[in-house]
Amino acid sequence: MTPRITGAVAGRVLAQLRRDHRTVGMLLAVPSLLLGLLWWMFDGSDSSAATFDRFGPPLLVVFPFIVMFLVTSVTTLRERASGTLERLLAMPMGKADLLLGYAIAFGAVGLAQSGLAVGLTVGLLDMDVRGPVWALMLVSVLNAVLGTALGLFVSAFAETEFQAVQFMPALVLPQLLLCGLFVPRDTLPDVLGAVSDVLPLSYAVDAMQQVQLSATWTADLTVDLAVIAGSALLALLFGAATLRRRTA
Amino acid sequence: MTNNSSAVYVRHLRVVRGGRVVLPDLTCSVAAGQVTGLLGPSGGGKSTLIRAIVGVQRVCSGTVEVLGRPAGAAELRRRVGYVTQAPSVYGDLSVSENLRFFARVLGVSPGAAAGAIEHVDLTDHAGSLVGRLSSGQRSRVSLAVALLGSPDLLVLDEPTVGLDPVLRRDLWGLFHRLAAGGQTLLVSSHVMDEADRCDRLLLLRNGELLAEGTPQALRERTQAADVESAFLAIVDGARQEAMS
Repeated sequence: MTPRITGAVAGRVLAQLRRDHRTVGMLLAVPSLLLGLLWWMFDGSDSSAATFDRFGPPLLVVFPFIVMFLVTSVTTLRERASGTLERLLAMPMGKADLLLGYAIAFGAVGLAQSGLAVGLTVGLLDMDVRGPVWALMLVSVLNAVLGTALGLFVSAFAETEFQAVQFMPALVLPQLLLCGLFVPRDTLPDVLGAVSDVLPLSYAVDAMQQVQLSATWTADLTVDLAVIAGSALLALLFGAATLRRRTA
Repeated sequence: MTNNSSAVYVRHLRVVRGGRVVLPDLTCSVAAGQVTGLLGPSGGGKSTLIRAIVGVQRVCSGTVEVLGRPAGAAELRRRVGYVTQAPSVYGDLSVSENLRFFARVLGVSPGAAAGAIEHVDLTDHAGSLVGRLSSGQRSRVSLAVALLGSPDLLVLDEPTVGLDPVLRRDLWGLFHRLAAGGQTLLVSSHVMDEADRCDRLLLLRNGELLAEGTPQALRERTQAADVESAFLAIVDGARQEAMS
């Protein structure tokens, strides 16, 4: 791995994004708009504050996760299809340089995205969070990186952008259903509970709930963050395995 | 051709792609410091041979030696420049952004990026988005990337397709200037009238090497007026041999 090359990849991905105003606008605004919509939905009900507090923090990690997964899988697929990937792999470029470059660039976007979303929900919409705000940001950014890593990985199994987009409902929605947002995980049927135990989004949602309910750092939070970071690293390693210098 | 003057040796190369034998058993070499044309009809295995030389093609058997190392060796990635048939550059970046990015990957100076753009005569378009350029201009951007860092071996897959005659002549002029500077070039083309612009030729058809040598030697051997007729004479000769 060479920092110069990793930096070059990250800079290039950001330069491409900068050209694409519409995508940047959507990346930054959509999660905040959705959270605003959520707040508004419950505005009329008696327990509005409590309901928003229940759904707000988990969605703070779910939205960046979905958005990053989509953006990365399509971008990487384009790189594979256009021949630039083959060219880069014929150059002195490490696979880790490429993957980390992508992860850094989209991680930076994730940071801006969650900064806005956290600022909106905690600052303007009075979401009740007992833990430190930076911990919310940390979980949210880690999750954006996880989405990026998974997107990189699945792009190897898609031949067209249509297929890449289909991986979102296939891989992300089951995690969303089982992550504890709709039904607390300990009340799920045994089999589904076991499945949700191995899905990374479950830990992200749990981490957000930890930050929300506890003013101090908890051991559970450490475990959650380790699982999310470990999953992201694992997805990046699997992603690296799909980058082949020699192809048939 | 003596062996110690070759930049590339291919020995008994066999490649199967998608269940089809593309190169059954190919042996050939590319002379150092010259412009070698890899000619033949589309689908004859030119791109597959090029991919094997660059080291991105999975091969069944045989050896490919490039600049004294096995093809695809890590230390060759800096010494071999490769242009794929489709321009592999980023359409959503400008010409100079593309060149500066690849220059950083290769670790060569940003000045080299400007020089490469000048080589392919795109200085006037340096700030334009590659996606907005014509297809001929896009393929020249892709060529400029391969020129970065002055690689010892340049492997170009159909770099002149779709270019107008003036640009084609200019590019062949560039290829010969690079060869005069000591670089080795392997240039594929399915257009036979480009053959006379090469120092040496490899004629490839159905994955088999029909002939190799200078354009002049090929014409004399077949008593043909141009390389296209020579190519046809060799194909016909091979057919008659097969039938008799």
